[in-house]
Amino acid sequence: MLTASCCYTDRRRGQLAALSIAAVVIIVGVPLWWRTTETYRAWLPVNQINELANLQLQLSADVEVVFARGTVTPEQQKKVPTQVVISLCLFCSSPLEADLSLHTLSESPCGSLVVYVIPESSTLLPEDVDVYIGQRRTALLRIGAQMRVGRTLEQLLAHLEPRIKQVLQVMSFSHTDITAALSDRVRLSPGNKESIADSMRAFKSSPGYEITFSLLNPDPKSHRVHWDIEGAVQTYIQPLLTKLAPLANFSIDSQTLYYAMLGVNPRYDSSRSAYTLNSDSLAHVINPVEARLGSNAASSNPVLNFLLYVPDAHHSPLHIHDHKKQEVLSNAFHSPRWGGIMVYNVNGFYGPEAVFPVDININMAKVMGVFLAQLRLLLGVQSSAPPPGFLVAPCSSTGLADWELDRLMWSRTVENVATATTTITSLAQLLDQIGNIVINDNIAQQVSSAVTSLQLAVAELEAGNLGFALQYSKEAILASERAFFDPSLLHLLYFPDDQKFAIYIPLFLPMCVPILLSLLKIVSEARQKRRERQAKKD
Amino acid sequence: VHLTISQSRAASSANHIQPLLVDNAGQFFSSGHTNNWAVLVCTSRFWFNYRHVANTLSVYRSVKRLGIPDSHIVLMLADDMACNHRNPKPATVFSHKNMELNVYGDDVEVDYRGYEVTVENFLRVLTGRLPPSTPRSKRLLSDDRSNILIYLTGHGGNGFLKFQDSEEISNVELADAFEQMWQKRRYNELLFIIDTCQGASMYERFYSPNLMALASSQVGEDSLSHQPDLAIGVHLMDRYTFYLLEFLEDIHPASKTNMNDLFKVCPKSQCVSTPGHRTDLFLRDPGSVLITDFFGSVRKVEITMETINLTDPIKQVEQRKYSYVDQLPVSEIIHQKPKQKDWHPPDGFILGLWTLILLVFFKLYGMKHLKHIF
Repeated sequence: MLTASCCYTDRRRGQLAALSIAAVVIIVGVPLWWRTTETYRAWLPVNQINELANLQLQLSADVEVVFARGTVTPEQQKKVPTQVVISLCLFCSSPLEADLSLHTLSESPCGSLVVYVIPESSTLLPEDVDVYIGQRRTALLRIGAQMRVGRTLEQLLAHLEPRIKQVLQVMSFSHTDITAALSDRVRLSPGNKESIADSMRAFKSSPGYEITFSLLNPDPKSHRVHWDIEGAVQTYIQPLLTKLAPLANFSIDSQTLYYAMLGVNPRYDSSRSAYTLNSDSLAHVINPVEARLGSNAASSNPVLNFLLYVPDAHHSPLHIHDHKKQEVLSNAFHSPRWGGIMVYNVNGFYGPEAVFPVDININMAKVMGVFLAQLRLLLGVQSSAPPPGFLVAPCSSTGLADWELDRLMWSRTVENVATATTTITSLAQLLDQIGNIVINDNIAQQVSSAVTSLQLAVAELEAGNLGFALQYSKEAILASERAFFDPSLLHLLYFPDDQKFAIYIPLFLPMCVPILLSLLKIVSEARQKRRERQAKKD
Repeated sequence: VHLTISQSRAASSANHIQPLLVDNAGQFFSSGHTNNWAVLVCTSRFWFNYRHVANTLSVYRSVKRLGIPDSHIVLMLADDMACNHRNPKPATVFSHKNMELNVYGDDVEVDYRGYEVTVENFLRVLTGRLPPSTPRSKRLLSDDRSNILIYLTGHGGNGFLKFQDSEEISNVELADAFEQMWQKRRYNELLFIIDTCQGASMYERFYSPNLMALASSQVGEDSLSHQPDLAIGVHLMDRYTFYLLEFLEDIHPASKTNMNDLFKVCPKSQCVSTPGHRTDLFLRDPGSVLITDFFGSVRKVEITMETINLTDPIKQVEQRKYSYVDQLPVSEIIHQKPKQKDWHPPDGFILGLWTLILLVFFKLYGMKHLKHIF
């Protein structure tokens, strides 16, 4: 019948239409929606990052032990696989000269040490001193008295080993230094108070530092102060900074501030006829002054401020007293991770009948001596006293001995490696936790390069190449910081599920309901037809 | 050329240095921080939210008075009340109707103003993910030894805080931001104070260590304002911050008041709402935490014992001709590529899609199938 066949073909066409719409929606629509709404996440080397989390650091330093004549017998000379120095400058009157003459022999690369073992009878070192630590990377070690007669090579080496280890701990790195440097990664219980104070005082490792020298003149009517800061910086500070160049970039600027008061009223001490600042009030000096100091707004590097305060005529001379009410020789104090302040009294330069304003030229050598010492402390050159029996050479012309530089490089490298590892692992963890953050290609590239640099740095540390290790660790830090602090990592931080439903339901539900219903109808009709066919068969 | 350290590094120097460290030990180790930062945010716009700006400015004033310099304060004010057209007393923001305290002051330094106060900028400041061109004053340059005070005020609800009447920050986002700060060791200890309705919900989700939080009201309670001023025409301050300011006015840089006193500020009789606090994530005992550990900036100092004896004469630096530094290529910076926007389907697309599908369906099956749908 016509109507029945029309209905049948109509129904068939309808079923086909519904099926094809459902097919289009499922095969084309759903993948399209998925692709267009997924966040772009570039591939990250997650396995390598997880390996980094369980990093084992092994530090090795090359030590060369050189036996001087008189320490080993000729038979032992053949057995000991070290170079033997024929004659040590026994005519030298002081260990300093011996040290200087030894430099002509060889130049040790950074990170390595040379220990010269000298006989017990040598007069090079004073009586109570067993070890002399030179300005470069050398040390003179005196054999103990018990090793004089009839000892074997094994006994000699066994005797020397702990002493050389002690020398290494002073000159290169010790357990406490490395744990302090790793405090970023591993919050260990503190060793001793000195090491905590050291770690709180020194600035954290950073690719660059800004140093600002400020002259504070609260009384320009009385004192016209001149300081040759450029020359002083070139002569005294720049050599140290050039030596520290592998560690960080330094930029120096200077300023003069007029009418900048200290903010604390000094008390007059009639017994010394001078004004005094006691140690308790020093803490309140810095804040009012800091508000007036400018800083280089262009960079985010940490700033070290060095202030030179010339007291006004009514409050001169001004002395700083410590807790025991003793006058401080340097007349200066410093604040951890901030900088230092020195008080420079000028009342001695003019008499009571002088015509104001008085021209005053500041003795920059004295001032820079104090600032240089403070700079060393703030940059992390440790000030702990050496063990008994050790004599340390006086400071070299740059203000920093080579082995002190090495020490700093060791701890900085370890600190950089620890910080970079923490950054990378926490970044990976963060990106894993929050599935919505977009990871751009440049972030993935930075992360990969950071991981590579870290692995290289660890390898170089194991091999003992300190210079390369420091360089790689710096690269690792830069890359990891750039990756972590990339501004694009902030999008889609928190996208709750109920908001997702609220967005998609009005779009898709009205569309899906007719499709679903037609599919259901098709299925029910097919089932009905099968039942009829079953009934017909029966 | 000979240079000698004036105090030889023998055992004698140890006698000078050791006692100093032990004496300073109390100061050094009681708190573990070397610098202080403050992030003060007012999130409300419009004249009738005068009290939120007054809240923030009063905390700013106290924090500056107790020693934190402007370079260490990030102040975000969503609207300008002092120079608002409706302010009958221009260039002032008062905290009390007797007009004795102008919290705007002479040297206020606002870092983020007006429409710059957004959730995104706030989170960027906290996590440090700012574009490289951001100046120092707009950054939170804290390190692992910084104590940070974060103060938020505005309109809030259960689990969110409203920014500028157009967006909101949820407590989960805030907790995640603090966790990111902790991962990067951007703080030593953090004090979080919030003065909004249902403020306690904002600190419920914190999970990072060394966080202490105070809120002006519990979940389900509203924070109320203090009193209106008939001359200015709006409410001047919120109750909690009003009593907080009164409490802070008694603190000076050397005072030893501790956090337990801060928890007692504004009891229910004065505040009508119940202030809450959370200290379970904080490692130290609140009774040993000084107010000035967060609100002030007391520096640790050490006497410099060593000096270096320098005997070189100063080198003469040749006089350079001064010239201008290379100028910024401003034209290149201005004409940058526009930000890539996310792709959205064109507007009519979804509507057209529905219409097409429905048309096809009804054409095929006829209108009688409408009864299946509706």
